[in-house]
Amino acid sequence: MTSRDQILSSARAALNRHPGDPVPPPPPVLLREAPAERLVEQFTKALEALAGNVVLVNTKEEAEVAVDKALNGRTFVRSSNPSPTTEVGITSADYALADTGSLVIFKEPRLLSLLPPCHIAVIKESQIVASLDDVFRLRPLPGDISSAMVVITGPSRTADIEMRLVRGVHGPGEIHVILIQDVTHSA
Amino acid sequence: MKTPDVTAALGDQKLQLAIYSATARLTERRRENLTPDYEDLRQHAHDIKKHTLDHLDFYLEQLERTVEARGGKVIWAKDGAEACAFIQKLARDRGVKIIVKSKSMTTEEIHLNDHLEEDGIEAVETDLGEYILQLGGEKPFHIIAPALHKTIGDVSEVFEKHLHSQPETTPEGLTKIARAALREKFLEAGMGITGANFLIADSGAIVLVENEGNARLSSSAPKIHVAVSGIEKVIPRAQDLGVFLKLLGRSATGQPLSVYTSFLAGAKRAGEPDGPEEFYLVLLDNGRTKLLADESKRQSLYCIRCGACLNHCPVYRKIGGYSYPWVYSGPIGKILTPQFMGIEHDSWLPFASSLCGACGEVCPVKIEIPRILLELRSEKVASDPDLVELWSFKVWSWLMRHPKFYARLAPLALAAAPPVGPVKNWLSQRDLPVPPAKSFRDLWKARSK
Repeated sequence: MTSRDQILSSARAALNRHPGDPVPPPPPVLLREAPAERLVEQFTKALEALAGNVVLVNTKEEAEVAVDKALNGRTFVRSSNPSPTTEVGITSADYALADTGSLVIFKEPRLLSLLPPCHIAVIKESQIVASLDDVFRLRPLPGDISSAMVVITGPSRTADIEMRLVRGVHGPGEIHVILIQDVTHSA
Repeated sequence: MKTPDVTAALGDQKLQLAIYSATARLTERRRENLTPDYEDLRQHAHDIKKHTLDHLDFYLEQLERTVEARGGKVIWAKDGAEACAFIQKLARDRGVKIIVKSKSMTTEEIHLNDHLEEDGIEAVETDLGEYILQLGGEKPFHIIAPALHKTIGDVSEVFEKHLHSQPETTPEGLTKIARAALREKFLEAGMGITGANFLIADSGAIVLVENEGNARLSSSAPKIHVAVSGIEKVIPRAQDLGVFLKLLGRSATGQPLSVYTSFLAGAKRAGEPDGPEEFYLVLLDNGRTKLLADESKRQSLYCIRCGACLNHCPVYRKIGGYSYPWVYSGPIGKILTPQFMGIEHDSWLPFASSLCGACGEVCPVKIEIPRILLELRSEKVASDPDLVELWSFKVWSWLMRHPKFYARLAPLALAAAPPVGPVKNWLSQRDLPVPPAKSFRDLWKARSK
């Protein structure tokens, strides 16, 4: 008997089950629905509390200016693989989470938001959702979209030495989000 | 019962302060950040874990299908030897010299690093705390804060000795040294090994939760990614993460979400710019199906390794992580170790508890740790009774039923309690309360006159 069959058969023996026995449905999915209110404000507050930087702009052109300002002359890579010496990685994001100040990325190179010491993300206000629960509601099977969904909540950090907070351990210590306000708010 | 000598830990003031302040901070953060619906969430998490473990065979088979549909490969390992042998062979076949690892209690459990070292493979721990410990040849002290017993000075010394760095006095400086040293390893490594916080049956995915970015690097930079996970980590649906992620970060460090949550479904796909070319998921039994068979203690397997029970445990907070005999320390270690190893090994563990109940109260998946401790105690007593204790209670019970004898013997016993055997051990850390000048019986007698 293979290890696979042995493990499965000991599990079945332990549970008093047989191959093909029916399985009742799992407990219902519990995803919260928060009102989509003041999303930009919430997002900004949450990310700033983690020492991230949020810049609000109104147009693509303004976004380019904001990116240049955040770059401050450093070398950067956009939408392709960074080299070990790249100073800044510029990415988009698929969603942003208002309650935690997070970015959710499915499609950018995995290392672009990770290897360089600084990460700049350019997103639109319409991509902000209330919380991660909304992403799981919109995308019940994240694995269908790409091999890696990454949720980034602030700069890389550690408290492994005397519980003192240090940013930028392995991932970027610096995060800038350039947020293009593309949603019309009724007064 | 052979118990460990904890006097060194108790007498080490620096260590006591380090444990106390780290765990106090973690408990405080947790309390400040719990959501209003926390009780609902933990009940739901418990229910999902219960459902999954009660039908584990079904979910493991589903997971195998979904992982393989994404081009990953599932390796079933009955024990540590099988898991290590697979990884060793894969490394040999692919000519891997350096492996980067992100924190995984499961690989600690099976001593993977020792096995790799035997083959001349350099396996580098990349979590900052784990890296410090690995350089110094030590084991993790705490599930989520592995090096909490190390001071800045200790860490600087380790780096000076092993990395030939200059003395450093700040955590920032030390972190920079480690980042540079480890960055080279990440770029050279032929394989990355991670654990898994969750396995997602409907998605063929693993989920990694971390703050540093080393798990992302380990799972993305090398050509081969191997995830090693206990079979109990599976949950049915990606959507169940809504519940578990709200609990894990908050219970561990008080973070609403840890910095990086990676949902990884297989290797790099056609058209994707980066990611590993091969993905393997090693599903480890190593005694877990044995635990599964005991319906009333099965819930020991629900653990999501947040560390909250350690931080709240008055015993852990005094004796620290090195006083426990196995990789899992604290209250959860007290119930896992005897069940994995057999009650005859380390049978003192379930007794090393004040049964205050804090662990059960803070467990985000509602494992009834205090109840399981009691069950393990009674198993131990049934299989290997302590005769001194047995007879002491017999005598005590007889005395309680014979008040005349009790009245005469009690004052004598108190005055003459001999400091030997268990009494001596008990008194080594405590003072015997001074008996009052007049006993309750005397007072009662005087009053009734």
